[in-house]
Amino acid sequence: MHEFGITENIVSIVLGKAKEAHAGRISEIDLVVGELSGFVPDCIQFYFDFLSKGNIAEGAVLNFEQAPVQLRCQNCSTIFRPQDTSWTCPECQSQDVEIAGGRELYVKSIQVE
Amino acid sequence: MKRIEVIQSILEANDSIALQNQQLLNTNGVFAINIMSSPGAGKTSLILQTIAKLKNKLRIAVIEGDVASTLDSEKVRKEVADVVQINTRNMSESCTLIANMVDHALKRLPLADIDLLLIENVGNLICPSEFALGEHKRVVISSLPEGDDKPIKYPVIFIDADAVVINKLDFLPYVEFDIDSFEIALKRLNPTIEIFQLSCKTGAGIEDWCAWLLKEMEANKHKPQTKK
Repeated sequence: MHEFGITENIVSIVLGKAKEAHAGRISEIDLVVGELSGFVPDCIQFYFDFLSKGNIAEGAVLNFEQAPVQLRCQNCSTIFRPQDTSWTCPECQSQDVEIAGGRELYVKSIQVE
Repeated sequence: MKRIEVIQSILEANDSIALQNQQLLNTNGVFAINIMSSPGAGKTSLILQTIAKLKNKLRIAVIEGDVASTLDSEKVRKEVADVVQINTRNMSESCTLIANMVDHALKRLPLADIDLLLIENVGNLICPSEFALGEHKRVVISSLPEGDDKPIKYPVIFIDADAVVINKLDFLPYVEFDIDSFEIALKRLNPTIEIFQLSCKTGAGIEDWCAWLLKEMEANKHKPQTKK
Protein backbone atom coordinates (compact mmCIF):
# COMPACT_ATOMS: atom_id res chain seq x y z
CA MET A 1 0.00 0.00 0.00
CA HIS A 2 3.02 2.29 -0.04
CA GLU A 3 3.64 1.85 -3.75
CA PHE A 4 1.81 5.02 -4.75
CA GLY A 5 4.48 7.37 -3.41
CA ILE A 6 7.20 5.09 -4.72
CA THR A 7 5.64 5.11 -8.18
CA GLU A 8 5.39 8.92 -8.07
CA ASN A 9 9.14 8.92 -7.45
CA ILE A 10 9.73 6.54 -10.37
CA VAL A 11 7.72 8.76 -12.72
CA SER A 12 9.54 11.86 -11.53
CA ILE A 13 12.97 10.21 -11.97
CA VAL A 14 12.26 8.94 -15.49
CA LEU A 15 10.64 12.17 -16.67
CA GLY A 16 13.67 14.09 -15.41
CA LYS A 17 16.08 11.81 -17.24
CA ALA A 18 14.05 11.86 -20.45
CA LYS A 19 13.95 15.64 -20.37
CA GLU A 20 17.73 15.83 -19.99
CA ALA A 21 18.02 13.61 -23.07
CA HIS A 22 15.41 15.67 -24.99
CA ALA A 23 13.43 12.49 -25.55
CA GLY A 24 9.91 12.57 -26.96
CA ARG A 25 8.70 9.32 -25.45
CA ILE A 26 9.74 6.74 -22.86
CA SER A 27 9.12 3.23 -24.13
CA GLU A 28 10.68 1.08 -21.41
CA ILE A 29 11.69 1.47 -17.77
CA ASP A 30 14.02 -1.05 -16.14
CA LEU A 31 13.55 -1.34 -12.40
CA VAL A 32 15.51 -3.40 -9.90
CA VAL A 33 13.51 -4.56 -6.88
CA GLY A 34 15.21 -6.59 -4.15
CA GLU A 35 13.59 -9.81 -2.98
CA LEU A 36 13.68 -8.50 0.59
CA SER A 37 12.20 -5.11 -0.19
CA GLY A 38 8.52 -4.77 0.61
CA PHE A 39 7.47 -3.52 -2.82
CA VAL A 40 5.06 -5.34 -5.06
CA PRO A 41 5.65 -5.05 -8.84
CA ASP A 42 1.94 -5.47 -9.67
CA CYS A 43 1.09 -2.52 -7.42
CA ILE A 44 3.78 -0.36 -9.00
CA GLN A 45 2.43 -1.26 -12.43
CA PHE A 46 -1.14 -0.38 -11.39
CA TYR A 47 -0.16 3.06 -10.06
CA PHE A 48 2.19 3.64 -12.97
CA ASP A 49 -0.61 3.26 -15.50
CA PHE A 50 -2.52 5.92 -13.60
CA LEU A 51 0.38 8.30 -12.93
CA SER A 52 1.83 8.19 -16.46
CA LYS A 53 -1.45 9.15 -18.18
CA GLY A 54 -0.92 12.17 -20.40
CA ASN A 55 2.85 12.40 -20.03
CA ILE A 56 5.66 10.98 -22.19
CA ALA A 57 5.95 7.87 -20.01
CA GLU A 58 2.39 6.78 -20.85
CA GLY A 59 2.35 3.26 -22.20
CA ALA A 60 5.97 2.54 -21.23
CA VAL A 61 6.72 -1.10 -20.45
CA LEU A 62 7.99 -1.68 -16.90
CA ASN A 63 10.65 -4.38 -16.73
CA PHE A 64 11.14 -5.67 -13.20
CA GLU A 65 14.41 -7.35 -12.36
CA GLN A 66 14.26 -9.11 -9.02
CA ALA A 67 17.53 -8.90 -7.11
CA PRO A 68 17.93 -12.10 -5.09
CA VAL A 69 18.78 -12.26 -1.41
CA GLN A 70 22.53 -12.63 -1.04
CA LEU A 71 24.35 -13.03 2.23
CA ARG A 72 28.00 -12.52 3.07
CA CYS A 73 29.56 -14.69 5.74
CA GLN A 74 31.41 -12.49 8.23
CA ASN A 75 33.69 -15.40 9.10
CA CYS A 76 34.95 -16.62 5.70
CA SER A 77 33.55 -13.94 3.34
CA THR A 78 31.64 -16.46 1.21
CA ILE A 79 28.69 -14.89 -0.61
CA PHE A 80 25.74 -17.25 -0.86
CA ARG A 81 22.00 -17.46 -1.44
CA PRO A 82 20.21 -18.72 1.65
CA GLN A 83 18.33 -21.97 1.08
CA ASP A 84 16.05 -21.61 4.10
CA THR A 85 15.43 -19.23 6.96
CA SER A 86 18.42 -20.34 9.03
CA TRP A 87 20.91 -18.20 7.08
CA THR A 88 23.89 -20.50 7.66
CA CYS A 89 27.08 -20.23 5.59
CA PRO A 90 27.39 -23.35 3.37
CA GLU A 91 31.21 -23.24 3.61
CA CYS A 92 31.93 -22.80 7.29
CA GLN A 93 28.45 -23.16 8.89
CA SER A 94 28.82 -19.76 10.57
CA GLN A 95 25.58 -17.91 11.25
CA ASP A 96 27.30 -14.57 11.49
CA VAL A 97 26.17 -13.16 8.15
CA GLU A 98 25.22 -9.82 6.68
CA ILE A 99 22.92 -8.94 3.80
CA ALA A 100 24.88 -8.31 0.61
CA GLY A 101 21.92 -8.09 -1.76
CA GLY A 102 18.15 -8.21 -1.92
CA ARG A 103 17.18 -4.78 -0.59
CA GLU A 104 17.66 -2.85 -3.84
CA LEU A 105 15.05 -0.47 -5.19
CA TYR A 106 16.21 1.65 -8.07
CA VAL A 107 15.62 2.74 -11.65
CA LYS A 108 18.36 1.04 -13.64
CA SER A 109 17.76 2.48 -17.10
CA ILE A 110 15.15 3.77 -19.51
CA GLN A 111 14.59 3.33 -23.23
CA VAL A 112 13.60 6.55 -24.98
CA GLU A 113 12.61 7.59 -28.47
CA MET B 1 15.62 4.58 -29.74
CA LYS B 2 18.28 4.58 -27.11
CA ARG B 3 18.78 3.26 -23.66
CA ILE B 4 19.86 5.69 -20.95
CA GLU B 5 21.51 4.46 -17.77
CA VAL B 6 19.82 5.91 -14.69
CA ILE B 7 20.84 3.96 -11.53
CA GLN B 8 18.89 6.15 -9.15
CA SER B 9 17.42 5.01 -5.86
CA ILE B 10 13.65 5.32 -5.75
CA LEU B 11 13.81 5.98 -2.00
CA GLU B 12 16.29 8.83 -2.39
CA ALA B 13 13.60 11.52 -2.00
CA ASN B 14 12.48 10.04 1.33
CA ASP B 15 16.03 9.53 2.56
CA SER B 16 17.02 13.11 1.91
CA ILE B 17 14.00 14.47 3.84
CA ALA B 18 14.81 12.04 6.66
CA LEU B 19 18.33 13.42 6.80
CA GLN B 20 17.00 17.00 6.99
CA ASN B 21 14.67 15.93 9.81
CA GLN B 22 17.59 14.46 11.68
CA GLN B 23 19.69 17.58 11.23
CA LEU B 24 16.80 19.68 12.56
CA LEU B 25 16.48 17.38 15.57
CA ASN B 26 20.23 17.51 16.23
CA THR B 27 20.28 21.30 16.01
CA ASN B 28 17.58 21.43 18.67
CA GLY B 29 19.11 18.72 20.85
CA VAL B 30 16.16 16.37 20.38
CA PHE B 31 16.69 12.60 20.54
CA ALA B 32 14.14 10.72 18.43
CA ILE B 33 13.14 7.07 18.35
CA ASN B 34 10.95 5.33 15.82
CA ILE B 35 8.75 2.73 17.50
CA MET B 36 7.48 -0.01 15.19
CA SER B 37 5.46 -3.18 15.68
CA SER B 38 2.42 -5.04 14.44
CA PRO B 39 -0.95 -3.60 15.53
CA GLY B 40 -1.67 -4.25 19.19
CA ALA B 41 1.85 -5.15 20.32
CA GLY B 42 1.96 -2.23 22.75
CA LYS B 43 3.48 0.82 21.08
CA THR B 44 1.15 3.28 22.83
CA SER B 45 1.48 1.40 26.12
CA LEU B 46 5.28 1.55 25.91
CA ILE B 47 5.09 5.27 25.18
CA LEU B 48 2.79 5.83 28.19
CA GLN B 49 5.07 3.81 30.50
CA THR B 50 8.14 5.66 29.24
CA ILE B 51 6.45 9.01 29.83
CA ALA B 52 5.41 7.97 33.35
CA LYS B 53 8.99 7.01 34.18
CA LEU B 54 10.82 9.91 32.54
CA LYS B 55 8.51 12.91 32.53
CA ASN B 56 10.07 14.42 35.64
CA LYS B 57 13.50 14.29 34.05
CA LEU B 58 12.78 15.14 30.42
CA ARG B 59 10.41 17.09 28.25
CA ILE B 60 8.88 14.49 25.98
CA ALA B 61 6.96 14.94 22.73
CA VAL B 62 5.05 12.28 20.80
CA ILE B 63 4.15 11.84 17.13
CA GLU B 64 1.30 9.38 16.72
CA GLY B 65 0.92 7.63 13.37
CA ASP B 66 -2.34 5.82 12.67
CA VAL B 67 -4.36 4.98 9.61
CA ALA B 68 -7.41 6.58 11.24
CA SER B 69 -8.65 8.03 14.53
CA THR B 70 -7.14 10.14 17.31
CA LEU B 71 -7.60 7.47 20.00
CA ASP B 72 -3.89 7.10 20.70
CA SER B 73 -3.10 10.81 20.74
CA GLU B 74 -5.98 11.39 23.17
CA LYS B 75 -4.50 8.83 25.56
CA VAL B 76 -1.04 10.33 25.28
CA ARG B 77 -2.24 13.95 25.53
CA LYS B 78 -3.40 13.28 29.08
CA GLU B 79 0.25 12.78 29.99
CA VAL B 80 2.24 15.19 27.80
CA ALA B 81 1.33 18.47 26.10
CA ASP B 82 3.23 18.06 22.86
CA VAL B 83 1.46 15.44 20.76
CA VAL B 84 0.93 15.49 17.01
CA GLN B 85 -1.42 12.97 15.41
CA ILE B 86 -0.78 11.93 11.82
CA ASN B 87 -3.60 10.07 10.06
CA THR B 88 -2.31 8.28 7.00
CA ARG B 89 -5.66 7.15 5.58
CA ASN B 90 -5.83 9.80 2.86
CA MET B 91 -2.12 10.00 2.15
CA SER B 92 -0.16 8.33 -0.61
CA GLU B 93 1.30 5.93 1.95
CA SER B 94 -1.31 4.72 4.40
CA CYS B 95 0.59 1.78 5.85
CA THR B 96 3.61 3.60 7.30
CA LEU B 97 4.89 7.00 8.29
CA ILE B 98 7.29 8.53 5.79
CA ALA B 99 9.85 11.30 6.28
CA ASN B 100 7.65 13.96 4.72
CA MET B 101 4.85 13.40 7.26
CA VAL B 102 7.34 13.69 10.11
CA ASP B 103 8.76 16.87 8.58
CA HIS B 104 5.27 18.43 8.79
CA ALA B 105 4.76 17.17 12.34
CA LEU B 106 8.11 18.59 13.51
CA LYS B 107 6.99 22.05 12.40
CA ARG B 108 4.14 21.83 14.92
CA LEU B 109 6.37 20.99 17.89
CA PRO B 110 8.39 23.37 20.10
CA LEU B 111 11.60 21.51 19.27
CA ALA B 112 13.94 23.80 21.19
CA ASP B 113 12.22 22.83 24.45
CA ILE B 114 12.04 19.08 23.79
CA ASP B 115 14.55 16.44 24.89
CA LEU B 116 12.99 13.20 23.70
CA LEU B 117 10.67 12.57 20.74
CA LEU B 118 8.82 9.26 20.63
CA ILE B 119 7.46 8.49 17.15
CA GLU B 120 4.77 5.82 17.07
CA ASN B 121 4.70 4.36 13.57
CA VAL B 122 1.66 2.74 11.95
CA GLY B 123 1.15 -0.84 13.19
CA ASN B 124 2.88 -2.93 10.52
CA LEU B 125 6.01 -5.10 10.35
CA ILE B 126 6.75 -4.68 6.64
CA CYS B 127 6.30 -1.18 5.25
CA PRO B 128 7.88 0.98 8.00
CA SER B 129 11.22 -0.77 7.53
CA GLU B 130 11.65 0.85 4.12
CA PHE B 131 11.21 4.47 5.20
CA ALA B 132 13.71 6.36 7.34
CA LEU B 133 12.05 9.22 9.23
CA GLY B 134 15.07 10.99 10.68
CA GLU B 135 15.10 9.03 13.93
CA HIS B 136 18.24 8.26 15.93
CA LYS B 137 17.20 4.79 17.02
CA ARG B 138 14.73 2.21 15.74
CA VAL B 139 12.85 0.04 18.16
CA VAL B 140 10.64 -2.93 17.32
CA ILE B 141 8.16 -4.33 19.82
CA SER B 142 7.22 -8.01 19.68
CA SER B 143 4.56 -9.16 22.11
CA LEU B 144 4.13 -12.68 23.44
CA PRO B 145 0.67 -13.39 21.97
CA GLU B 146 2.07 -12.76 18.46
CA GLY B 147 4.33 -15.82 18.68
CA ASP B 148 8.10 -16.20 18.65
CA ASP B 149 8.54 -16.57 14.86
CA LYS B 150 8.37 -12.89 13.89
CA PRO B 151 12.12 -12.36 13.27
CA ILE B 152 12.08 -15.32 10.87
CA LYS B 153 8.95 -14.17 9.06
CA TYR B 154 9.76 -10.45 8.90
CA PRO B 155 13.57 -10.27 8.96
CA VAL B 156 14.14 -6.83 7.48
CA ILE B 157 12.53 -4.77 10.24
CA PHE B 158 14.57 -6.67 12.85
CA ILE B 159 17.81 -6.31 10.88
CA ASP B 160 17.45 -2.52 10.89
CA ALA B 161 16.39 -2.22 14.53
CA ASP B 162 18.67 -1.00 17.31
CA ALA B 163 16.54 -2.53 20.04
CA VAL B 164 13.72 -5.02 20.40
CA VAL B 165 11.23 -4.90 23.23
CA ILE B 166 9.56 -8.19 24.12
CA ASN B 167 6.29 -6.97 25.59
CA LYS B 168 3.41 -8.60 27.50
CA LEU B 169 5.76 -10.73 29.55
CA ASP B 170 2.82 -11.29 31.93
CA PHE B 171 1.32 -13.56 29.21
CA LEU B 172 4.15 -16.09 29.53
CA PRO B 173 2.14 -18.73 31.44
CA TYR B 174 -0.66 -18.63 28.86
CA VAL B 175 1.03 -18.61 25.45
CA GLU B 176 3.52 -20.65 23.44
CA PHE B 177 6.44 -18.28 23.18
CA ASP B 178 9.99 -19.57 23.52
CA ILE B 179 11.95 -16.48 24.56
CA ASP B 180 15.32 -18.23 24.06
CA SER B 181 14.61 -19.25 20.48
CA PHE B 182 13.20 -15.78 19.73
CA GLU B 183 16.40 -14.19 21.01
CA ILE B 184 18.63 -16.65 19.13
CA ALA B 185 16.80 -15.95 15.86
CA LEU B 186 17.10 -12.23 16.51
CA LYS B 187 20.83 -12.31 17.31
CA ARG B 188 21.47 -14.24 14.11
CA LEU B 189 19.93 -11.47 12.09
CA ASN B 190 21.35 -8.66 14.16
CA PRO B 191 24.19 -9.60 16.54
CA THR B 192 24.44 -6.18 18.22
CA ILE B 193 20.74 -5.69 18.92
CA GLU B 194 19.61 -4.72 22.44
CA ILE B 195 16.78 -6.83 23.83
CA PHE B 196 14.43 -5.83 26.65
CA GLN B 197 11.87 -8.12 28.26
CA LEU B 198 9.07 -6.19 29.87
CA SER B 199 5.39 -5.86 30.60
CA CYS B 200 3.73 -2.52 30.03
CA LYS B 201 0.82 -3.80 32.11
CA THR B 202 2.76 -4.62 35.28
CA GLY B 203 5.64 -2.21 34.70
CA ALA B 204 8.22 -4.99 35.05
CA GLY B 205 11.36 -4.28 33.04
CA ILE B 206 10.48 -0.65 32.21
CA GLU B 207 13.40 0.52 34.36
CA ASP B 208 16.03 -1.17 32.12
CA TRP B 209 14.37 0.09 28.96
CA CYS B 210 14.37 3.69 30.23
CA ALA B 211 17.98 3.38 31.40
CA TRP B 212 18.97 2.37 27.86
CA LEU B 213 17.05 5.32 26.39
CA LEU B 214 18.80 7.76 28.73
CA LYS B 215 22.20 6.24 27.96
CA GLU B 216 21.62 6.49 24.19
CA MET B 217 20.33 10.06 24.54
CA GLU B 218 23.46 11.04 26.43
CA ALA B 219 25.71 9.39 23.83
CA ASN B 220 23.87 11.23 21.06
CA LYS B 221 24.40 14.58 22.80
CA HIS B 222 28.15 14.12 22.65
CA LYS B 223 28.22 12.70 19.16
CA PRO B 224 25.04 13.35 17.17
CA GLN B 225 24.35 10.52 14.77
CA THR B 226 23.51 10.67 11.16
CA LYS B 227 21.73 7.47 10.49
CA LYS B 228 20.15 6.44 7.22
